[in-house]
Amino acid sequence: MGDASTSAKGDLKLSNLTKSFGDFIAVDNLDLVIPEGSFFALLGPSGCGKTTTLRMIAGLEEPTAGSIHVGATDITYERPYKRPVNTVFQNYALFPHLSIFENVAFGLRRRGIKDVKEQVDKVLDLVELPHLAERKPNQLSGGQQQRIAVARAIVNRPALLLLDEPLGALDLKLRRQMQIELKWIQTEIGLTFVHVTHDQEEAMTMADTIAVMNEGRIEQMGSPADLYDNPKTTFVANFLGQSNLIKGSIESNGADSLVVNLFGQKIGVPRARSSAKDSSILVGIRPEKLRILPEGEATHGNILPGGVISDVSYIGVSTQYQVEMPWGQELMVFEQNDDGIAPLDKGDRVTLSWEPIFTFGLDGREDATAGSEVHVDEEE
Amino acid sequence: MAFLQAVAKKGETSTKRRSLLPYLLLLPGMVWLIFFFLLPILTLVSTSTKTPGLGIGEFDQTYRFANFWDALVNSHTQFLRSFVYAGIATFAALLIAYPLAYAIAFKSGRWKNVLLVLVVAPFFTSFILRTIAWKQILGGQGIGFKALVWLHIVGADSHVTASTFAVIAGLTYNFLPFMTLPLYSSLERIDPRTMEASGDLYANALTTFRKVTLPLSMPGVVAGTLLTFIPAAGDYVNAEILGNPNTKMIGNVINSRYLQIVDYPTAAALSFTLMVAILIVVTLYIRKAGTEDLV
Ligand SMILES: Nc1ncnc2c1ncn2[C@@H]1O[C@H](COP(=O)(O)OP(=O)(O)O)[C@@H](O)[C@H]1O
Ligand SMILES: [Mg+2]
Repeated sequence: MGDASTSAKGDLKLSNLTKSFGDFIAVDNLDLVIPEGSFFALLGPSGCGKTTTLRMIAGLEEPTAGSIHVGATDITYERPYKRPVNTVFQNYALFPHLSIFENVAFGLRRRGIKDVKEQVDKVLDLVELPHLAERKPNQLSGGQQQRIAVARAIVNRPALLLLDEPLGALDLKLRRQMQIELKWIQTEIGLTFVHVTHDQEEAMTMADTIAVMNEGRIEQMGSPADLYDNPKTTFVANFLGQSNLIKGSIESNGADSLVVNLFGQKIGVPRARSSAKDSSILVGIRPEKLRILPEGEATHGNILPGGVISDVSYIGVSTQYQVEMPWGQELMVFEQNDDGIAPLDKGDRVTLSWEPIFTFGLDGREDATAGSEVHVDEEE
Repeated sequence: MAFLQAVAKKGETSTKRRSLLPYLLLLPGMVWLIFFFLLPILTLVSTSTKTPGLGIGEFDQTYRFANFWDALVNSHTQFLRSFVYAGIATFAALLIAYPLAYAIAFKSGRWKNVLLVLVVAPFFTSFILRTIAWKQILGGQGIGFKALVWLHIVGADSHVTASTFAVIAGLTYNFLPFMTLPLYSSLERIDPRTMEASGDLYANALTTFRKVTLPLSMPGVVAGTLLTFIPAAGDYVNAEILGNPNTKMIGNVINSRYLQIVDYPTAAALSFTLMVAILIVVTLYIRKAGTEDLV
């Protein structure tokens, strides 16, 4: 209501933001700038502190340390109802005793806005549910409730919209559809969206910028393509898509390129894409970047011979191979089915190769499996 | 084909058995109601129109409906008083129980169960004993009385027992758990995130209470007020022990008509009228509570 903080605009800035519950640190020293108008995703496995972070931004949880700014306004200890922030809650939290219309009108009425009906109608049109205005929340399907939760928040035009796993309760098909709609709504109204999710595909399709969170800390932040192509930690490499990570040691350190010994094979890694701290390195290649050829056929680039196909799954557009390497590790290869050649068979001896520029290097002492198991647990 | 018929038949018998089950489950309750509710009511109604016979305690059925009128003319003061006392006690109990139930539901953490046990703890001793205890507490040497004096609510030379205040206080106290428990259970069912959502949507604590918490707890308010009002309106123990001749409630009149004067028809007529009156009040109240008017 003309309050400095309700009308604050600008980038959201989290500085050294920390939250502990007893001696458990749920959010650990977070530093983050979310530019105004962006679609920002906070991605991480369940329990990593995403909800806690959002709740601190919304004012529902008080930080143990650090600060939160919107533009130049410090809102760290501001009461929730005085913040220029609205939340779409994890399970919607619609008011069960109010009609859909009154649910959406709630924030407008509290602020004494005049043209409530006009604004509510407009936002109900935006989410394509104007015909449900007089219903009660429990008469709506999950997908409809989800849209109303979004409508109830965006009708207030907050500087910042927080979405806590807004699509988590929907089935896969509806989720994909809502991802497109939410993205569209965001572009349409131009608000800053902070979208929390544990679904990497969701984050990749929707967000301009993704922060990957793990155990209360930001592992890496960047555009979806940047995170995918240049993961800096094994957690990011495994959590965003799949990666083959092979242990090696750096033999020589050229100007643009490192020469790495992978179980006796010398391969090249672009220097700029390596975050190895010393000679111990984990060499990473995405499965779709690998070429798979029958043993003995000529190839080029980085080469790893001596593989044996241990599993083949044909999935229409591509074929996925598991290849057992001489040192016992299984590598994954995704081949596009675009060359008209019949897929290779289980037991075939093969050579793997790829272009050196597709290689990334990680610190060799990290746990190569970090972030890879979590996907399986999360899939509903 | 035969298989399909067999399946269809099996389905039929099982739906039949299932459709009998509710009645079987209802049976004990129905039998109970017939013997301990319906029959007594019928006896009550038939007694209410009798007139005295030859001996003491003997009455003949003469269908004298004027009994009702006579009873009302003689006892309308106590009738009205019962409803006023019960109404005030219910309101007072609501004011005390709501914050209590709210605190137990949302703020008590791991003490929740202990507090709930404490709420029902008074039931471990008898209703009458507790009421007599209040007579002591509010009496000239009681700590309740001394506290009231200390707070300058009453003068040191006044007396609190044998008064309207004592009767209403007794009613409030005795029926408090009936108010607290339904309130607690409906508050506890509220998803705390709806209250957070309200705060997120620019409502301060007071508005959140008015617009979200209170409306969502209305089922508990209605249940609690009914469970307090109905027995309070018919109560006679509190007025008997904590009151004086000018605070008699309808329960006391029925009690003395029945046990002291041995005037069964008048006692029955008053009982029946009380029942109908409560039924009317309650119906109007629930009608009203069903709409948004009460909030
Ligand atoms: N109120 C609380 N008290 C104690 N621990 C909590 C509380 N809220 C969250 N946590 C813990 O903090 C961690 C992060 O929780 P949360 O932010 O909900 O994770 P996410 O949303 O990423 O799944 C979890 O381990 C959770 O158990
Ligand atoms: Mg969460």
